[in-house]
Amino acid sequence: MSSDEPRTAISGSTAPVTDTRDARRGEGVDDRFNSKLREAFGSSPFILTKFDKFMNWARGSSMFLLQFGIACCSIEMMHTFAVKHDSDRFGAGVPRASPRQADVMIVPGTIVSKFTPRMKRVYDQMPEPKFVIGMGSCTISGGPFQEGYNVVKGAEEAIPVDIHVPGCPPRPEALLYGIAKLQERVANGESSPVVVKPYELQQFSEMEQDEVVDQLADEIDEDDLAMRYNWADSP
Amino acid sequence: MSTGEEQSGDDAGEQAIEPTEAKVAELQSLLGDHVLDTEEHLNAPAIVIRPDAVQAVLSTLKEEAGYDHCSCVTAQQYPDRYESIYHLKKYADPTDEVSVVVPTARDDPTSESGAPVYETASWHEREAYDLVGIDYDDHPDLRRILLPDTWQGHPLREDYDQDRPQIVTLRENANPLLEDHRGSEEEGESDTMFLNIGPHHPATHGVLHLETVLDGEQVLDVDPDIGYLHRCEEQMCQQGTYRHQIMPYPDRWDYISAGLLNEWAYARTAEDLADIEVPEYAQVIRTMGAELCRIASHMLAMGTFALDINGDFTATFMWAIRERERAQSVLEELTGQRLMFNYFRLGGVAWDLPSPREDFFELTRDFLDGLPEATREFHDLLTNNEIMQLRTIDTGVIDPETAKDFGCTGPVARASGIDYDLRRDDPYGYYDELEWDVVTEDGCDNYSRLLVRMREVEQSAKIIDQCIDLLEDWPEDEREIQSNVPRTLKPERDTEIYRAVEGAKGELGIYIRADGTDKPGRFKIRSPCFSNLQSLPAMAEGEYIPDLVAALGSLDIVLGEVDR
Ligand code: SF4
Repeated sequence: MSSDEPRTAISGSTAPVTDTRDARRGEGVDDRFNSKLREAFGSSPFILTKFDKFMNWARGSSMFLLQFGIACCSIEMMHTFAVKHDSDRFGAGVPRASPRQADVMIVPGTIVSKFTPRMKRVYDQMPEPKFVIGMGSCTISGGPFQEGYNVVKGAEEAIPVDIHVPGCPPRPEALLYGIAKLQERVANGESSPVVVKPYELQQFSEMEQDEVVDQLADEIDEDDLAMRYNWADSP
Repeated sequence: MSTGEEQSGDDAGEQAIEPTEAKVAELQSLLGDHVLDTEEHLNAPAIVIRPDAVQAVLSTLKEEAGYDHCSCVTAQQYPDRYESIYHLKKYADPTDEVSVVVPTARDDPTSESGAPVYETASWHEREAYDLVGIDYDDHPDLRRILLPDTWQGHPLREDYDQDRPQIVTLRENANPLLEDHRGSEEEGESDTMFLNIGPHHPATHGVLHLETVLDGEQVLDVDPDIGYLHRCEEQMCQQGTYRHQIMPYPDRWDYISAGLLNEWAYARTAEDLADIEVPEYAQVIRTMGAELCRIASHMLAMGTFALDINGDFTATFMWAIRERERAQSVLEELTGQRLMFNYFRLGGVAWDLPSPREDFFELTRDFLDGLPEATREFHDLLTNNEIMQLRTIDTGVIDPETAKDFGCTGPVARASGIDYDLRRDDPYGYYDELEWDVVTEDGCDNYSRLLVRMREVEQSAKIIDQCIDLLEDWPEDEREIQSNVPRTLKPERDTEIYRAVEGAKGELGIYIRADGTDKPGRFKIRSPCFSNLQSLPAMAEGEYIPDLVAALGSLDIVLGEVDR
């Protein structure tokens, strides 16, 4: 309703106006309240929704990413956050420095044996619900370094991954697409099944006794957390 | 012979023989009977010495012959022996090189450590111990550096079994100074505090771990713990064939968009090894591309430095990224990729400039025209900023002598007044034909390192500008982008070479030993960041903790290159 049309309350009656608020508002909804959202929901001022659905929508629309650089891909990840690509436009652009404030972890790079337990630790520190985007070929399979003696063959060896973005490195656009896909899934309330059972960090004393464990027994404290790599069985 | 010297061609090679012989004779008279044998490496004469005479020989060479730069230590295994090679140079003249070869027995690879002579050898020897398993007597602190402490075996040995399981621990790091610094109760002194910075921390620029001991706000001891990104780059290169399979890897050493600079390191080494000529036109394109990469890399260095100091994710960082995006779009036009270019080939480049050429020139010129304005803005924001100056001037100081001892190169060395730039001192590509200056500063502090980078950007722009002019006028029928290179390269058995180029962070060198096949027998990377990072304790100990972060930022390390 536009304001230059005379309002009935003013032009139609000279009686003292008692119903002021209704009068001022006129019929229908005030312009100021019109928005895309209202268009989507129709004229009713109430939104009927399930709380779950609302939560998922909110979650998907405001993602806090973990500021987590590992290797080459993190450079493209920084570009995704910065000018030109600006992932903030899509409600996912505030990198948090602490895992305790983040809900999405982008794993941007090659993961090697020394880093895996630390990465698992960082993942464990993130509050639920948490999501992981694997960025680049390295997080899929070890990428160009797959044959390296020290390289873990993909992030899924350690943590569950929701979205894989292939490329070496993926362009920022590709990462944005990955983030948008994740948002879509989150808003739909989907989460991916954990495909590979992630490694658990276990106490050294609980490890199956074998040659390597025996060899290390003197060096390592029984209570130390440890991770075992079976390179021969890795994909 | 450098690839840039084709014009002077063969006579330079012939002339070079005589001085080499003279040099060997001179070295022999200097070292007396320490010299067991001499060898000829393509870049320098090599002297073979006994494993228990390392310190004596190195200190004579350092003190009396003036070889003050130990650029790299390579360790390798032969069927009958182990060998460590110390590649020595002079800061004043990097073309004056000598290699010291130390063979050790196969069943007991022990040799004397060079670390008491050259500080930088300490980390290099730790790496040699870690990967090849040579023991260095008298080394101050011989433990694994790249692989976890619990690793079994030495992966670059021939008998290493890559399939065997490994166990890695997640252990709390302990305070190394706790015992001797615990104050006595009566005096009421406080303990020291142990602080882990990293491996996941925004200020470490990747996965670096600093074990820091604090006394109040002051840093008592800092020990960089690296290896969280050790991607076996050397093994990967040893598995690839010279012609095509190795070139993609250099892009991933220093991944801050310095791809072409790294590719050049490999191209230069392999071209000298296999005696490949590079057409001049390709050299000009290479020079231009490399300098674009340098700009992009320095931009990110400045942006993240501002992020470390001001915690300013909005202005400076975004502006730096904006300039980078522009540089990257030029590079993308040229190479087809934003980050991992894989554009150089042995003997030239992959393809010519994109057509229409005018558009490319215009795009590049636009970028260059915008740069002065951008640098002015950076000066307003950063260097003229009082807070920035307070934080950076006179913090993280490293004097030239210490910097040389640690093998610092690149902007870090130049900010300590060391006038060392391989582009000028050991010319390759087209650099010696162009007008430009080497930038140095005398402040030795964090501020100078920032200034050097900013001024280098201007020099790089100057170089690119001249290259564009040259390319524009290049006659159409002489645009040869690649020389004729055989499909498989098999350099002669046992030829050895160490060559370096000026990467974005400093001297990026590669040592290759050919074993007669189409793959290198040993491929060793000398990374500038590795040596620069080693000097961090010298800069930061005794300073406040924020200055430690500033010093780390000013070193501009990239972990892909530190850990390789
Ligand atoms: S996928 Fe490629 S670009 Fe990304 S981290 Fe791995 S090697 Fe680097």
